[in-house]
Amino acid sequence: MLDYKPNIVLSSGEYNVIGSRPIRHDGADKVTGRAQYGVDVSLPGMLHGRILRSPHAHARIKSIDTSKAEAAPGVYAVVTSADWDQPTGKVEDLAEGAMHNLRFLSNNILAHEKVVYKGHAVAAVAATNLHVAEQALALIDVEYEVLPVVLGFRDAMKDGATLVHERLHTLSNPGLRAGGYKSDDDKSDGTNVANQFEFKLGDIEEGFKQADIIIEKETNTSPVHQGYIEPHTGTAQWQNDGSLTIWSSTQGHFNVRDLMSRLLDLPVSKIKVMPMEIGGGFGAKGIVYSEPVAALLAKKSGKPVRVTMTRTEVFESSGPTSGTNIKIKIGATKDGKLVAAEARLIYEAGGFPGSPVPGGCNCIFSPYDIPNAYLEGIDVLVNRPKAAAYRAPGAQAAAFAMETVMDELAETLGMDPIELRLLNCAKEGTRRATGPLMPKVGFIETLEAAKNHPHYSAPITGPNRGRGVASGFWGNGTGPASAMAIVNADGTVALVEGSMDLSGTRVAFAQQLAEVLGIAVEDVKPTVGDTESIGFTSNSGGSGATFKSGWAVYEAGQEVKRQMIERAAKIWEIPVEDVEYEGGVLQHKMDTELKLTFRQLAARQNATGGPITGSAGVNPGGAGPCLATHIVDVEVDPETGKVEVLRYTAIQDAGKAIHPAYVEGQLQGGAVQGIGWALNEEYYFNDQGHMMNSSFLDYRMPTSLDLPMIDTVIVEVPNPAHPFGVRGTGEVCIVPPLAALSNAIHAATGVRVNQLPMTPGTILDTIWEKEGK
Amino acid sequence: MPDVWIPTIMQKLTGGIQVVQVEGSTVRQIINNLEVLYPGTKARLYDPEEDELLPGVAAIVDGDVTQLGLLEKVNEDSEVHFLPAIGGGS
Repeated sequence: MLDYKPNIVLSSGEYNVIGSRPIRHDGADKVTGRAQYGVDVSLPGMLHGRILRSPHAHARIKSIDTSKAEAAPGVYAVVTSADWDQPTGKVEDLAEGAMHNLRFLSNNILAHEKVVYKGHAVAAVAATNLHVAEQALALIDVEYEVLPVVLGFRDAMKDGATLVHERLHTLSNPGLRAGGYKSDDDKSDGTNVANQFEFKLGDIEEGFKQADIIIEKETNTSPVHQGYIEPHTGTAQWQNDGSLTIWSSTQGHFNVRDLMSRLLDLPVSKIKVMPMEIGGGFGAKGIVYSEPVAALLAKKSGKPVRVTMTRTEVFESSGPTSGTNIKIKIGATKDGKLVAAEARLIYEAGGFPGSPVPGGCNCIFSPYDIPNAYLEGIDVLVNRPKAAAYRAPGAQAAAFAMETVMDELAETLGMDPIELRLLNCAKEGTRRATGPLMPKVGFIETLEAAKNHPHYSAPITGPNRGRGVASGFWGNGTGPASAMAIVNADGTVALVEGSMDLSGTRVAFAQQLAEVLGIAVEDVKPTVGDTESIGFTSNSGGSGATFKSGWAVYEAGQEVKRQMIERAAKIWEIPVEDVEYEGGVLQHKMDTELKLTFRQLAARQNATGGPITGSAGVNPGGAGPCLATHIVDVEVDPETGKVEVLRYTAIQDAGKAIHPAYVEGQLQGGAVQGIGWALNEEYYFNDQGHMMNSSFLDYRMPTSLDLPMIDTVIVEVPNPAHPFGVRGTGEVCIVPPLAALSNAIHAATGVRVNQLPMTPGTILDTIWEKEGK
Repeated sequence: MPDVWIPTIMQKLTGGIQVVQVEGSTVRQIINNLEVLYPGTKARLYDPEEDELLPGVAAIVDGDVTQLGLLEKVNEDSEVHFLPAIGGGS
């Protein structure tokens, strides 16, 4: 029996619909199997595509002979990178900081000249069914010149290292994650370092001189995968007029359209992208893999083609997050005040530039007020799959380093770890290590909630048990967004918006519209529009969807409200200023007998001037950063090193939780993914760069049987830049768990494990090393 | 005048100075006037082909990443940073 509340909302404002927990509009379809995902697309005459992938982690492609495959019965098309133009190496900004070097992007989709990781796509076949396509792959003859592999940052950064790309140019701008290409006449030495940059604040040397205590450490983390259930899938169909329709399970169908436009040199007006339901993305479905290949095959075959990855392909050929190495040093006074901090973050990007090291640098020191700071970020190439975004990209490994150092500092000082964080926590006006001032955030409130939670004061009983605490920061994102509200004659409202629904955003948008209009959320029918049905909307990423599309919905609702007031004024023959709109009822300000409900007026819309629709396109600033603090209790088996998570509480500022159950779901999901990252998950590569555990049998993610219920506390410190105070909540919840687990394991065993995952073997090795065994 | 924080990588163009005061009421004017004071800075921030900030550069005005880029208003007491545009995940 619980003696505490498992899920708490420390609410800061009361609304009618916002803050309630309605059943999601798409729920019934999803639990009954009616919802249409990418693999549910089936078109007349549709072919099935399969991709031939490199068996080598690094090799030059000397020749590709597709003739036998092309001649095979049931095969309609075979494509390679020769079937499209090679784009320039120019970096393009495709909204929301999604920079793409199209040459690298194109070469990752279909290898050109070289393969740079095992599983790299080389050619593709479209055939009548998957088996025929699979057999045809075996008929493609690829001649490789196998090259030495470079698998880790240490080897990759050595002088004379094997080069993943001979023409790579080192950039020095953290914004250019996409990497640069040397010009043909640039004969300078090659490198695997795609980007190297730094941030400085104050005087780092002087800062460390002021320190009474200095803590240093080095951490390492392995690549891990997002583990979304639904593999990447894309279907393409060309029309007779040369236009292209794509069906995609993606985090941004407009981004898919724009990328396809550039890759295929086709105007955006010729491409329509249909958004399918998405079975998880976590950042990694903001890019294209299958869609361009399906489009090339469809063009060559003259038939619609679907290309779907297998689970092994998802592991080997999509984008895990980076392996990382971080050297960190912090200095504090004997009272616990931080005076200086420096860190060198090296993130492995895989076979093409673009690790999330800028995100790591952006987040590592941001929870704290540190007057003197130095950060160096390095993006380095290795012969592994190209890294993709994963929920708060870059921040998790950074927090693993910083938050374990903070725990060591608290231990050294004999301070409570939450008190240490409260003493140093960032608040509105704190200057961040990267320069800008912190806007209003709820870190103090989050830490206070953690300190006051019954979990934190509960005694830890039993041997080999310990408690850990850690915090985390994520800046959150925003971008352009669109929404359209269409009033139906029966008083319901059709809401079309452009953000892909990853996590229940449809109901969150419906709630915001219902709140504005004073109607029931069940009377709003939300849908995600395709790229020809709604205005441009940037990716559902950066935890920005509920913020930015919520803004668009709010504005669309205001437009509906304005038109409703006009219609009531027309009916009553009074000035619009004399009509008030409150709680879904329009009434005369002076003659309160004159009333019309939303539903009554909706029925009269055509007779009073025509259909009522409200639409809005916005690009709001002020997404508002988010901070979280997690508490975890563990027991470590001293014989086996196995860690059991006994109790876990995730506390986070949500600004305003539109639908608290879905915010709680985010907190729980982020914590669980972080626990998997901390304890189990890891890409195992052999010395040839082959992933050896590319199935869910061997790549161990936590299941519900492994973990206790994750308790949550939603703290609400409203974001002043949103009409309802929303902050993004989907990412920061994965930032603290890695360090929280490490700190708890230290409390249980007395050893600090500085590399992930903290498997039983790693923990035993660390214990034995301390004991001199 | 607004305070403009110079990215570390560009501080060699400002003689190592991290914060400079630059006249201007929009981000565009700030960049143009910064170029007058410290030649070479504009090419690190501005894409003349697209008439936009360079890909990967975000302008932060008073703590917020501006969504208007060059068109963003800047007040007399504003603080302007040019930092990487960092994308998100879920």
